[in-house]
Amino acid sequence: MQDRDLHPVLSVKGLNVRFGRNSLAAVSNVSFDVGRERVGIVGESGSGKSTTGRAIMRLLPPIAGVTAERMDLDGVSLLDRTERQMGTLRGKDIALIMQDPRYSLNPVLTVGKQIAEAARLHMGLRGGKARDAAQAMLERVRISDPERVMALYPHQISGGMGQRVMIAMMLLARPKLVIADEPTSALDVSVRRDVLTLLDELVRENNSGLLLISHDIRMVAAFCERIIVMYSGRIVETLTRLEDAQHPYTRGLMSALPDPHNPVRRLAVLDRAKLDLETSR
Amino acid sequence: MISVRDLDVVFTSGKTENHVVRRVSFDVGKGETLGIVGESGCGKSTVLRCLSGMEKGWSGDIGLAGKAVGKIRTRDELRHAQMVFQDPYGSLHPRHRIGTALAEPLRAMGHGDVWTKVEKALRQVGLPPAFANRYPHELSGGQRQRVAIARALILSPPILLLDEPTSALDVSIQAEVLNLLADQRDERFLTYVLVSHDLAVIAHMCDRVLIMKGGVFVDELTKADLQAGITHDAYTRELFEASFL
Repeated sequence: MQDRDLHPVLSVKGLNVRFGRNSLAAVSNVSFDVGRERVGIVGESGSGKSTTGRAIMRLLPPIAGVTAERMDLDGVSLLDRTERQMGTLRGKDIALIMQDPRYSLNPVLTVGKQIAEAARLHMGLRGGKARDAAQAMLERVRISDPERVMALYPHQISGGMGQRVMIAMMLLARPKLVIADEPTSALDVSVRRDVLTLLDELVRENNSGLLLISHDIRMVAAFCERIIVMYSGRIVETLTRLEDAQHPYTRGLMSALPDPHNPVRRLAVLDRAKLDLETSR
Repeated sequence: MISVRDLDVVFTSGKTENHVVRRVSFDVGKGETLGIVGESGCGKSTVLRCLSGMEKGWSGDIGLAGKAVGKIRTRDELRHAQMVFQDPYGSLHPRHRIGTALAEPLRAMGHGDVWTKVEKALRQVGLPPAFANRYPHELSGGQRQRVAIARALILSPPILLLDEPTSALDVSIQAEVLNLLADQRDERFLTYVLVSHDLAVIAHMCDRVLIMKGGVFVDELTKADLQAGITHDAYTRELFEASFL
């Protein structure tokens, strides 16, 4: 990437999220920067990885108390924006791709209408022009017969195609930052790779930052330049290569994965009590 | 232990026909673990449901423990094979306590001394007996899957049918459940049929793997093949590469 500028697209410092009063912190003291690169957040259920993504989008319910020293998108603070200002920002500057296209697409609108809606809202295109933009974008995500697919409803398309439609919709306005929250967990393995390479290609082309949130440490390692590992709401380690992992949690996660090249009779299991002791220190 | 010949399943709805499983045959020896891998809709779960007796619309021959079984099973035939399902949230009755859920197969089979057996079954899967008084929502995903395994093992079946037993779980919990399954297999000399889309899990657990696509088996791999990454079919190759192995 030649024109890779140095200031980060997203800069988060000291992010805390609490649900309810006096309750446990879902995210505590999380700081990271995302440049025009691909960064992965890895962790298990309840580690706070999705909550972090939603806090950046300011999509958490009112009961969640979000505080941060800094949360900037392209040098402008996200924290003191009104809900209305966030509304114009979401989808235009930050896009969120969610896990299951079956639930994140509107079931009563055709695919074409939904993508055209994104073109209308974020690019100010009208009528036929919005439709053309939608069709061009569908071609871009390698849907071979965009004309036909535009007229289909979400239940008539497969999961892989649904996720492509989702990507088309989200990347149409060339957002600065794309947050992909488990974008491939609901898909079959063979489709998974296609969707990931497509996402990668489009993000590079737009010169955006990508925050990939996933539980699959191998996939993230194969795909991202930096890996942030989260455990119980904290960042335990940031890696560029999986082999450099030092923290017992990351090492534990990796040895818990079955590896066909080097079979064991019993898999290693995380010692949670010891881990909690170490992380709370 | 299991022998299947020309198993065929067609689902019909009005005029549309869906040929899900197309004349498949396979055998599983005693103490062996057979894996079936494939993508959504390839028919792998349907094969398992036929083996367990849940699916009635099949044709062909199925033999369990050396005896041919029909579409409607007798009590003894049902006891040969028990099933563990994918979703630990959906497979336990939300308003039955764990003890009641575990006692149900025993009652259905007319066993006595139910509660001591329930207690023993919970201990075997590494849960305290006091869990019998809890409801499923008071348990974590991994604990629920342990209860599901305890329920399948409580009738001491020689065959366990596992339909994606760990795909709803985190990797660290997955390791615990896979270890439990391996221990039980060695202890009781059980025969497993494990269905999954995760090649790494299959390679870890199985002696032999069948690759399924569009209702037929396209490839068969041994444990040595899996370790060395040997494949005999283009589709298998594709699956291997996509799994980041």
